[in-house]
Amino acid sequence: MKTRNLQFKIYRYDPDKDQKPYMQDIAVEVDSTDRKLLDALVKLKAVDDSIAFRRSCREGVCGSDALNINGRNGLACLTDISNFPEGKPIMLRPLPGLPIIRDLIVDMTQFFKQYHSIKPYLINNDPPPERERLQSPEDREELNGLYECILCACCSTACPSFWWNLDKFVGPAGLLAAYRFIADTRDQATNERLDNLEDPYRLFRCHTIMNCVDVCPKGLNPTKAIGKIKDMMVSRMV
Amino acid sequence: MVNRKIVGAHYGLMDWLAQRTTAVLMALYLLVMSIALLSGVGSSYQRWHDFMSFGWVRFASFVFIVSLCWHVWVGVRDIWMDYVQSTGLKLTLHVLTLAVLVGYAGLATQIIWRL
Repeated sequence: MKTRNLQFKIYRYDPDKDQKPYMQDIAVEVDSTDRKLLDALVKLKAVDDSIAFRRSCREGVCGSDALNINGRNGLACLTDISNFPEGKPIMLRPLPGLPIIRDLIVDMTQFFKQYHSIKPYLINNDPPPERERLQSPEDREELNGLYECILCACCSTACPSFWWNLDKFVGPAGLLAAYRFIADTRDQATNERLDNLEDPYRLFRCHTIMNCVDVCPKGLNPTKAIGKIKDMMVSRMV
Repeated sequence: MVNRKIVGAHYGLMDWLAQRTTAVLMALYLLVMSIALLSGVGSSYQRWHDFMSFGWVRFASFVFIVSLCWHVWVGVRDIWMDYVQSTGLKLTLHVLTLAVLVGYAGLATQIIWRL
């Protein structure tokens, strides 16, 4: 079986032991059955079991293994090992802009606070029908590209506006989710949702630099959703 | 005042829209001025003076100056909002920016209209 030696430089920081963070050089041998970065990380854990990182589904659904890989946010379980150039160490850092809990694990509290602030659930005060609230296929089509977000935080933590105003700017993931409910014809709180976002910080910190689109592992487009929210605000105003 | 993060100022849309509208107005003005300059209105001071004395040119120039200052105000205020965390310092910078821009607008209009 063909094997390959992968060199890593990994961000290490254990607040209980370390004065300050440092980059650890470490190598691991992978074989042809190890296809994704997460496979290599799992092997790395066998080499040094003190390395901490999050992982769960290992197939790009749970969003827990989001990392900064060679300076770019992405999911370890969706990143091909074969794309890394030979002989160059792979730089692994935690997602930027969020507080570090340990090594590659970040504190997502603020990210989820922003997500919850947009009320990510359907608001409909009509009595529930016997089976389900139906939509036309055209109305349902509107939700494509919005509902697929796995909340991995790759987009929000690639956004400088989110870094600078973590506590005020909703961020691309939250705004994508906000538009998912604004666009939903079954939702009855459109005005309240738009009111909630009409603020120089919550929505308008987005300067359309599109880092979020660039890094989204699911190929979603939060910038487009943000643009649609702005369009709806304009059409509501004029 | 309790130390809580407060949002909900309800004015972001107006500024965002103003920034885009002023950009379009400035682009139109620059297009008209470019055409005028290419057609030779800048070949002598007298021609330039006559051109700038037209009522519609004065009107358009004033709109351009106001658009420019408004556009700059939104952009610079965005920078203060992004990078300055202290409320007091931010407010001071906002006031200073406004004062400078109002001064520039007055001065620029005076210069252009005097031509």
